[in-house]
Amino acid sequence: MSAEIADHGRREFLGKAAALGGGLVLALSLPVCARKRAVNGAAGGGEITAWLQISADNAITILVDRSEMGQGVYTALPMLLAEELEVSIETIKVIAAPVGDAYINAGNGGQITGTSNSVSDAWEKLRTAGAQARVVLIAAAAAHWGVSTAECRASNGHIVNAHGKTLSFGELAEAAAKLPLPKDVKLKDASRFILIGKAIARIDTPGKVDGSAEFGIDVKLPGMLYAALAQPPVLGGKASRVDSTAAERLPGVHRVLSTPSGVVVVAEHFWQALQAREALKIVWDPGPSAKLDNAAIRSTLHKALAAGAGASARADGNAAATLKAAHQTLSAVYELPMLAHATMEPMNCTADVKAGRCDLYVGTQVQKISQTTAAAAAGLAPEQVRVYTTLLGGGFGRRLEVDFIPAAVAASKAVGAPVKLIWTREDDMTHDYYRPPATLQLRGALDAHGELQGFEFHSVSPSITARFAPDTTDPFDSVVEGVQNYPYGVPNVAINYTRQEVGLDVGYLRSVSHAINCFGVESFMDELAAAAGKGPFEFRHGLLKDKPRHRRVLEAAATKAAWGRAPDGRYQGIALMEGYTTVIAQVAEISIDEGEPKIHKIVCVVDCGQIVNPRIVESQIESGIVFGLSAALWGEVTISAGKVRQTNFNSYRVLRSDEMPQIEVVLIESEETPGGIGEPAVALVAPAVCNAIFAATGKRVRALPIAAQKLFKA
Amino acid sequence: MPSPADNQTLTVNGQAHAVDAAPETPLLWVLRDHLGMTGTKYGCGKGLCGACTVHMDGMPIRSCSVPLSAVLGKPITTIEGLSADRSHPVQKAWIEIDVPQCGYCQSGQIMSAVALLRHEPNPTDVAIDAAMAGNICRCGTYSRIRTAIHRAAELMKNGT
Repeated sequence: MSAEIADHGRREFLGKAAALGGGLVLALSLPVCARKRAVNGAAGGGEITAWLQISADNAITILVDRSEMGQGVYTALPMLLAEELEVSIETIKVIAAPVGDAYINAGNGGQITGTSNSVSDAWEKLRTAGAQARVVLIAAAAAHWGVSTAECRASNGHIVNAHGKTLSFGELAEAAAKLPLPKDVKLKDASRFILIGKAIARIDTPGKVDGSAEFGIDVKLPGMLYAALAQPPVLGGKASRVDSTAAERLPGVHRVLSTPSGVVVVAEHFWQALQAREALKIVWDPGPSAKLDNAAIRSTLHKALAAGAGASARADGNAAATLKAAHQTLSAVYELPMLAHATMEPMNCTADVKAGRCDLYVGTQVQKISQTTAAAAAGLAPEQVRVYTTLLGGGFGRRLEVDFIPAAVAASKAVGAPVKLIWTREDDMTHDYYRPPATLQLRGALDAHGELQGFEFHSVSPSITARFAPDTTDPFDSVVEGVQNYPYGVPNVAINYTRQEVGLDVGYLRSVSHAINCFGVESFMDELAAAAGKGPFEFRHGLLKDKPRHRRVLEAAATKAAWGRAPDGRYQGIALMEGYTTVIAQVAEISIDEGEPKIHKIVCVVDCGQIVNPRIVESQIESGIVFGLSAALWGEVTISAGKVRQTNFNSYRVLRSDEMPQIEVVLIESEETPGGIGEPAVALVAPAVCNAIFAATGKRVRALPIAAQKLFKA
Repeated sequence: MPSPADNQTLTVNGQAHAVDAAPETPLLWVLRDHLGMTGTKYGCGKGLCGACTVHMDGMPIRSCSVPLSAVLGKPITTIEGLSADRSHPVQKAWIEIDVPQCGYCQSGQIMSAVALLRHEPNPTDVAIDAAMAGNICRCGTYSRIRTAIHRAAELMKNGT
């Protein structure tokens, strides 16, 4: 490819990856102008659409505009395009798309990998792109042969005509790239899918078993230096005095500089930068959060809950009146802690600032925001910043944030060399944008027959979106997701929200408010069932007469889990939710072992619409369950005097292999358009497990994590 | 603070490297930053997560917590040294089962699995879970890891 790639050692990388990859190449992309279908003169061939480049030697490159963070987009999205282009998935290369308007996610309005909508956003778009490319390739071939397009068809990377002639896509690409893309193309009927729906092996697996996969932390550039960042120990604090004399004398240290993010130490090697960071003498101004702790946060939320009913996100009938007049009312408060993302790859960023330009190598879920952030830090215009998206060693929403970018850019600018800035695990754990804490008030009204006549839900929590996207016009942003669509057939429903800030910035974490709201709703539905004298399954099932999709999923979960027939000493709990347009149910099977819940099995039934790759869908469900189980059992960030107390995996416990339950996944066949799959499974784990704990012990867990509740201790 | 030591010889994947690093530098950073072998990952720096697992004399060690001075003269194997072409049975099994999601922890997972199979060619689920409990995967690939280890055991038995 171009000289610019060689400039940054990219050619060597591409060559190495190609040699190892057996034709499958994962690489950082050379940014291209997304809107201009420029022909790549040097290699012949051309850019057929914003997502497809074909070179003269028939190398087919698909640009993926969503970040690969484990959820499988580098496989699933190319499958969509390849389906219509008529190429086998083994022959394509995948690269990360640059920043470009073509790559904006219609589902969330930005070049953003989030909200579990990569496949739903791409579903029409990439199949259309593949079909458009096929049409212009056919047109180019027909023109070359002087035959009608009706006599030509695409097959396995070639155009063949009715007279037995064949041209490869590569031979046609240069001519095809000059043709206008057709506006209307007919997409294949589902019955003719060759790739979609198949359990195709992930494209990124080979590089992830031999160490060659390149994450942000692995980026290497000629002359690159390393940086460590000293951040204020109290959230929101800042350095008021820095004495770097001792640090600057240490071996390998190039520079110490103060930035708005903290004090950066740049050294020859990362270990040297870390040692020098230890030697810094910094006086920190703790700022306004010096007295912040969990008790204060909890008290703030409870005061706001008592202060008023909040803003109405949904009001069917009159829930308040129904509750007043009810035969029996039930009321409960649920509480959820803050959580850390704890991606396996800590935050990091490599910046290379030169005259009039900044190259950014970063594992990010937000390419455009990364670009503008780096531009501001470098004093450049956004278009002078090129963003090369690496693989992400976990995202979970943490890499929607760009707080680890400015210091890397400032450091590179200061030393005039590429700089890779790495956060330690402790930096990462103590300077996260945590999942918001929440306090939920739920009320239910039962009539004399145990029928649920009224349901009221009131959430009090800080807003993520108010900071992340202050221009949003939605007063509820993500806060009522998973409850605004409360599926049960109850005549009087009130869903309310009170925004209450608690003195720190919070962030999106996998499944976002679904996990908060589903815990409250599905636990409380269990409470209502018990109060009505009905079984948890029967109570829910009876309220789903008008929701056939939900009913079917709930029934399938009960069947698969042998609901009501758990082995001796085992207890079951059930939960149901619609989120990201996916309908999902879980049954947890547990026992109580020496006073502690032991999770044996989780059955998960999913209707996520049409499935692009069932192998990836299943792995995402397993993944979500493990993520949700870690959070349910142990997940809790606590703050004391403004400092986060959890620092590493010894104080922030996550699930390990010997704690892994059996997981059974059932995928329901569906004609619906694809729903999200990366996040929804997370949300049901806590209520399913806590409902099982209730079945086992009669004790209701109304706050998470479970391990902190001392339910079973004398 | 000692000054950087004179060239020290570190043997990785059968190849001797002269390393100019302070002797207390963790092996992890020597591998990654000095030798450019980035397949071994930094996860916690405290021996808690297993992402940095490599072999010393065939035994799994957490390279983040072992100083360079402790491994000089000892043969070190990293993920890059398992095979030249992903042909190690554990790598083959990992590909067949499609274990990785984000993939960041997988070098460490694979190195732990290789060490386990060296000592226990036919491990039970309980043995696998115990041997792998030091390797955290936030994507939750544990079920597939277990399946892949059984599959690798089969491949090794069949000599493939």
